[in-house]
Amino acid sequence: MANISIIVVKRILNAAALILAVVILNFLLIHIAPGDIVDTIAGEMGGISPELIAEIRADYGLDKPLYEQLGLYVLRILQGDLGHSFFYDTPVVTLIWDALPQTLLLVITALSLALVIGTIFGVIAARRPNGAFSHLITVLALVGFSAPVFWTGIMFLIAFASFFPLFPPAGMAAPDLQPGSLDYYLDVLHHMVLPVLTLALIYLAFYSRLSRASMLDVLGSDYVRTARAKGLSERVVVYKHALRNALIPIVTIAGLQFAQVLSGAVLVEAVFTWPGLGTLALEAILRRDGPTILGILFFSSVVVVIFNLLTDLTYNLIDPRIRLGSKE
Amino acid sequence: MPERLLEIEDLRVEFKTRDGIAKVIDNLNISLQTGETLGIVGESGCGKSMTALSIMGLVPIPPGRIAGGRILLDGEDLLQASEPRMREVRGNEISMIFQEPMTSLNPVYSIGDQIAETARLHEGLSRADAMARALEMLRAVGIPAAERRINEYPHQMSGGMRQRVMIAMALACKPRVLIADEPTTALDVTVQAQIFDLLNDLKEKTGTAIIMITHDMGAIAEMAQRVVVMYAGHIIEQADVGQILTDPRHPYTQGLIRCVPHLTQTPSVERPPLLEIPGVVPALSQLGSGCSFAPRCQYADAKCRAEMPPSTAIDSGHDVACWLTEREAAA
Ligand SMILES: Nc1ncnc2c1ncn2[C@@H]1O[C@H](COP(=O)(O)OP(=O)(O)OP(=O)(O)O)[C@@H](O)[C@H]1O
Ligand SMILES: [Mg+2]
Repeated sequence: MANISIIVVKRILNAAALILAVVILNFLLIHIAPGDIVDTIAGEMGGISPELIAEIRADYGLDKPLYEQLGLYVLRILQGDLGHSFFYDTPVVTLIWDALPQTLLLVITALSLALVIGTIFGVIAARRPNGAFSHLITVLALVGFSAPVFWTGIMFLIAFASFFPLFPPAGMAAPDLQPGSLDYYLDVLHHMVLPVLTLALIYLAFYSRLSRASMLDVLGSDYVRTARAKGLSERVVVYKHALRNALIPIVTIAGLQFAQVLSGAVLVEAVFTWPGLGTLALEAILRRDGPTILGILFFSSVVVVIFNLLTDLTYNLIDPRIRLGSKE
Repeated sequence: MPERLLEIEDLRVEFKTRDGIAKVIDNLNISLQTGETLGIVGESGCGKSMTALSIMGLVPIPPGRIAGGRILLDGEDLLQASEPRMREVRGNEISMIFQEPMTSLNPVYSIGDQIAETARLHEGLSRADAMARALEMLRAVGIPAAERRINEYPHQMSGGMRQRVMIAMALACKPRVLIADEPTTALDVTVQAQIFDLLNDLKEKTGTAIIMITHDMGAIAEMAQRVVVMYAGHIIEQADVGQILTDPRHPYTQGLIRCVPHLTQTPSVERPPLLEIPGVVPALSQLGSGCSFAPRCQYADAKCRAEMPPSTAIDSGHDVACWLTEREAAA
């Protein structure tokens, strides 16, 4: 057990170092980019005096040397303060916190949909690995996986919001509806269809492929042969003995992919103006709202790093448990 | 007069491979009698498992194909039986245990559930009755603390224990035939002996006939009454176990027995050096018209390489497929 705790500590330290590196990198990126918030403000106000510009710079601490700004930034992050948005005049943490539920709604719905339908597709394909459906799945997976998500999104918009106006092209609900009413939820559902489909499609392809492979693997296993030798029907063999085993890697990977889907959601939100983290990020970039951009970058890096850390730890913890269990 | 329980007549199984059709089993004739243990021996790849899977109706089709023959269980041809009928046979009238106890049990179900499943399926037992049967079977195969272990999962058990579970599962519905496909190959020697004892013991109690597949002549000596020796999909010799051990006629059988000298000799007698049969089993898709063992046989002549020897009875119940017997008879 001792070396496991060493591994855990090592991984956590690694993750922390990674996050720090991300913070520094993000910060530098923003400062390398030409122009800053003061230029934007000055531009919007239209011709202001150099004295006023200097004053604003001092207000935001932008007159200090870069390393000092970085030091202050890191220190504040450690206190859970991601800064203050110039544009929204709101703490960045609040902005992220308000946008997160919408993004999670999108991501969780899309991921669940992809997972369930993908598994069903994969199982059907695996039962006839050389059948037409199986080949269709392979092609679908290839297309779904290589088509950029924003392209799929725009195609959906053109087809189902413009050409056949079945679904609303943007937003999350009509502004006149009262949040909490049934109509509101139905409208959200209606708005969700296209972005969820766009996002689910890539992962549907992925999970079809994954579950096809996993199922094929399990169907060739010795215990499935044993199940057949017992005289069980093919249905029981596939759905009781094989499927449950085939699901293990699928569910594991789904859990670990969560962070990746989150980043896919950013693009989808931008296409459909869905009021989540992605739209917030896009808006912040357009407004040169540095603190908000930094905050979102930081937040998403932390999510990715934490999920990667969980992956590592799961593998390290599962492995010895299996080994210990089989000894006796 | 012992009853003929299972008869295989002229069985032929082919596999489509990249280099053509492989005749995995060619003209196989075996008969198994009630309460008997029949040993099938032969090197890796000679078609032992395929013979077993043919009886179970589990040959993977495609790439496999049953090219001909009959498999009669009490006169009923299993090769003609419908799939629902075969599901009744499997696990109920004919059971099978496999070479790999470590991977042959489903890791996500408890061993009790896995044994009970067979009893529920074939005998329509309630869950409680089926679990009681599972417990009874676990005790019968000598698993200590069976009440506790019935709820354990395969990964909590050793290989020997898992093979006992497999045996318990196979015998749960009191089948008439048990096919044991190298049941001890993956286990260490002391455990091997325990499993043989257990199988012999259960056979005495239940009267189940056993087809014991192995490439270990020692196991044959311990378990079997009759022995079938296979080579590259053919039966090359078949006899009672005593005849095979003391008077093997086919050069391949002689080689197999010479590999295990203690079977025939007392330790005080000076042993000849331990021998092995040179060469390997040929690729099945590249077999010519001659005897498939000829390329490795020290006695092979032109006829051996040109023509497959027929199976000939040289004694009551002792058949050999080798041109040597003809040559000897002529001499
Ligand atoms: N799916 C398959 N496709 C092609 N050939 C196959 C396939 N499965 C088995 N064979 C061939 O069938 C032959 C017999 O195989 P089988 O498994 O019956 O051998 P075995 O005597 O049981 O050997 P072992 O002692 O290794 O278990 C082998 O030569 C093998 O190459
Ligand atoms: Mg085998």
